[in-house]
Amino acid sequence: MLDRPSPDELLDAVASLLREQVMPAAAGTPLAYHARVAANALDIVRRQIALAPAAQQRERAALAALLASDPATDVAQLNRALCARIASGAMSLETPGLTDALWQITLDKLAVDQPTYDTYVRQQAAPPQPEDR
Amino acid sequence: MAEPVDQARVTAGLQRLAAALAPGGHRADAVQRLSGGASQETWAFVVRVGDGSVPFVLRRLPEGALDRARMMAGPEAEAHLISAAGTAGVPVPAVCHVLRPEDDLGRGFVMERLHGETLGRRIVRDARFADARRVLARQCGAAMARIHALPTEELPALRVGGPQAELQVQLDAHRGHGTARPVFELAFQWLRSHCPSEPARPVLVHGDFRNGNLVVDEGGLVGVLDWELAHLGDPMEDLGWICVNAWRFGAAELPVGGFGTREDLFAGYEAAGGRVDAQRMRYWEVLGTLKWGVVCETMLQAWRRGHERDLEKAVIGRRASEAEIDLLALLAPRG
Repeated sequence: MLDRPSPDELLDAVASLLREQVMPAAAGTPLAYHARVAANALDIVRRQIALAPAAQQRERAALAALLASDPATDVAQLNRALCARIASGAMSLETPGLTDALWQITLDKLAVDQPTYDTYVRQQAAPPQPEDR
Repeated sequence: MAEPVDQARVTAGLQRLAAALAPGGHRADAVQRLSGGASQETWAFVVRVGDGSVPFVLRRLPEGALDRARMMAGPEAEAHLISAAGTAGVPVPAVCHVLRPEDDLGRGFVMERLHGETLGRRIVRDARFADARRVLARQCGAAMARIHALPTEELPALRVGGPQAELQVQLDAHRGHGTARPVFELAFQWLRSHCPSEPARPVLVHGDFRNGNLVVDEGGLVGVLDWELAHLGDPMEDLGWICVNAWRFGAAELPVGGFGTREDLFAGYEAAGGRVDAQRMRYWEVLGTLKWGVVCETMLQAWRRGHERDLEKAVIGRRASEAEIDLLALLAPRG
């Protein structure tokens, strides 16, 4: 068993260093901007560590159900198979369950990539009403 | 960030141009690389005249291979288009000098540096632009109509790209990246089945008319920048692109660049002689949203291949999911 600090603690410490020390010291130079981008990148990694395992399970289950595939199939392979079905016209916006699944998968991605993105924030604030569809 | 060798070469080249750019100019100074990547560099500098100084911008092609080059008009054509648009009443910076081989600066041109704000987020949010925001969408509509009305036979040779061709460009780029994105596939499918007919008469399209490429002051629109993607095509492309959510900087309730309404954009466009086709415009808004996602993939690709080393180019790869959620919101809105 590896010791503390945990990956999360280390990433948090480095992001804090970038925001609280490097950015003020570099204010007005391109480095301040690059430091902010770097801190944001570390935040993505932290969120991915926390959220990706459950999200990937949800994605795999949803795609396997849509494609009637073996639920043990690799998630990248399921995505390629779904893309092929859509590209061939076998599936479309009208396919039952398809856009619901893609909404869930996409919301899970945004929660890692860009949780402050305005479309994501708006969708979180107003969860869908099934009868409205 | 600029390599020192570039900095020295550009400074030396601008030094030789100082007297020609500003009467009495004796020195090019404060040469600073503003932005740029594989496709185009932008440098700010001043020419010292007596005790004062005149601010300029140099747009320059970087040395070496260019992935996006086939999409670009080229700096000489870009300079020509800016001047032609200015003559037709579009607010643009004055082009001062097109680089010649003897300038030893590569290919590019020098233009005046307009005074105003270009950062989209500030234009959308800052209180000092409140009055500007009331007129900006209408002004953008008028500027677009004047661009689209320029007589194309007087323009330099430009690539032609209508609704079908631009869709194919994005599809080819996405296929080249090899990423599996079901939401993009649904968007490509929708675009194929909603692709409008080719415009009866291809017009000059700016190609990147959006918040972020506008210079704005307290009174409104001061300049339209970044003409490198100009081409001949469907005028509704420009109207759709400025409404893409990525350019609203969080102010989604104002679809035109986060600062205005479609009604104001249309009113400005039609008052200046344009005709709006809302259905075509929606096609271009969907294609534009998808295009932003493909651009994110392209930047990540350039970073992964080592063409670009800026961390920003890697992180932008994680913004392709913004295009995915925006495409779902456009094509399969919930509730």
